[in-house]
Parts: sequence; structure tokens; C-alpha cells
Amino acid sequence: MSAVLRIPTVLRPAMGGETTISVEGTTIGAVLADVTARFPAVKGQLLNEDGTLHRFLNVYVNDDDVRYLGGVDAAVADTDEITLLPAVAGGAW
Amino acid sequence: MLTLTFDQREAMVATCIRALPDEGCGLLLGRADGVVVDVVASANVAASAKVYEIDPRVLLATFRRADDEGLEVIGVFHSHTHSPAYPSATDIRQAPDPAWHYVLVSLASSPADVRSYSVVQGEVSEEDVLVEGVTGTRADD
Repeated sequence: MSAVLRIPTVLRPAMGGETTISVEGTTIGAVLADVTARFPAVKGQLLNEDGTLHRFLNVYVNDDDVRYLGGVDAAVADTDEITLLPAVAGGAW
Repeated sequence: MLTLTFDQREAMVATCIRALPDEGCGLLLGRADGVVVDVVASANVAASAKVYEIDPRVLLATFRRADDEGLEVIGVFHSHTHSPAYPSATDIRQAPDPAWHYVLVSLASSPADVRSYSVVQGEVSEEDVLVEGVTGTRADD
């Protein structure tokens, strides 16, 4: 068994064109390590050099933002759905 | 082209006015042909007059709603409180989706100026905005 990862439109071309994939790992860090091993092209959009979550990426476990669950240490269960959504941000600056 | 109702346009402007002195923002739920079905206001979690960020909870809820209703998130709007309705360097650098409509609401003048753009690989193009049968005028017309 494994968790399901929902892939945002902008990352699909670099991730096999799929809407969802099965992922392995018991933490968000492990799941993202699984994803970046399979799709190295997206690593820079998911993680910083130091392995922390990219500033402009939102990661959710079910309905919860992982920033409030411990970031890359957030727990993932087999039945969970993980969603990646690039942050929507900008401004006049 | 972006197509929306007068009330949807006014909802965007009202969201941006309520957010003052900070920038206001929200998402556009609609169809791939550029027709807006709903304007979804968001808190600006950056809480700034110079930058905005859509509330991650609103972002997730709106994508879920799009899936449930057979719609798409087709764009985002935000205000420039003291500058023209044109994407800034920050807007262009952080534009996540080349298919999206990037709507700028400038409150630098009254009435508010509302314009829409596409941003593809850093290239900005203004597009027409159709509001209830009235075609907007692009800056280069």
C-alpha cells in the first residue's frame, strides 16, 4: 500500500503527465525523496538545497498544510492523499 | 480573452478595497475558455501593501471545488495599491501557470483599473476583458 500524490498542472509535464501517482514513504520528506528520485527535473521546485520545503510550494496531507504538521517530518499514512500546489503570490514590489 | 460579469468585476475591486492598505487577492474559478464562474476572495497571508500570497487553505479548497464542479482554477487577481495595473517583476517571476489569467486591479486611480494578462515564460501579454457584453480596451489599442 502507498499514499496518493495529487500533482498540479504545472508539474505534470515533468512527472509523466499523470494527475495522481502512488508514492512511498512515512513522512513528507520520504515521499518527496521518492518523487525526486523518480522525477529529478522537479527537485528544484519542491525542495531547497538544504532539503527543506521550497518557499513557494504548498504541501497538504489530506486537508492540512504540512507547515503546521512539522514540514518534511509530517507523518504520512497509507490512506493519505498528499496534494502539491505551487504558492500563488506576487505583488507590486 | 477573459469573460466575466459586472458583479464579478465589482467583487474583485471590493475585495481589493477591503484589503487596504494591503494588497487584496483572490482566485478565478471558471472554464478553460476564459469564462469566469466565480470570484473567490482570499486573505492576503503576506499581509503587505507590496506583496500578496493567496491563503493556502483557500488555494486547496478552490482546487477541490474545481474538481468537484468540473471547473478549473483559471487565474488569480490582486491589487496594486499605488501603481498601474501591470504585472511587476515579482508577479512575472512568480507566475505559476502559463495558462492562467493574471488580473491586476489598480487602486492608484478612481475608478479602479482592471486588466488581465497572460504570462508565458516571463513574456507578458495583455488580453481583452469582456464584461457583460462590453469589451474592455487594452492599453495598446
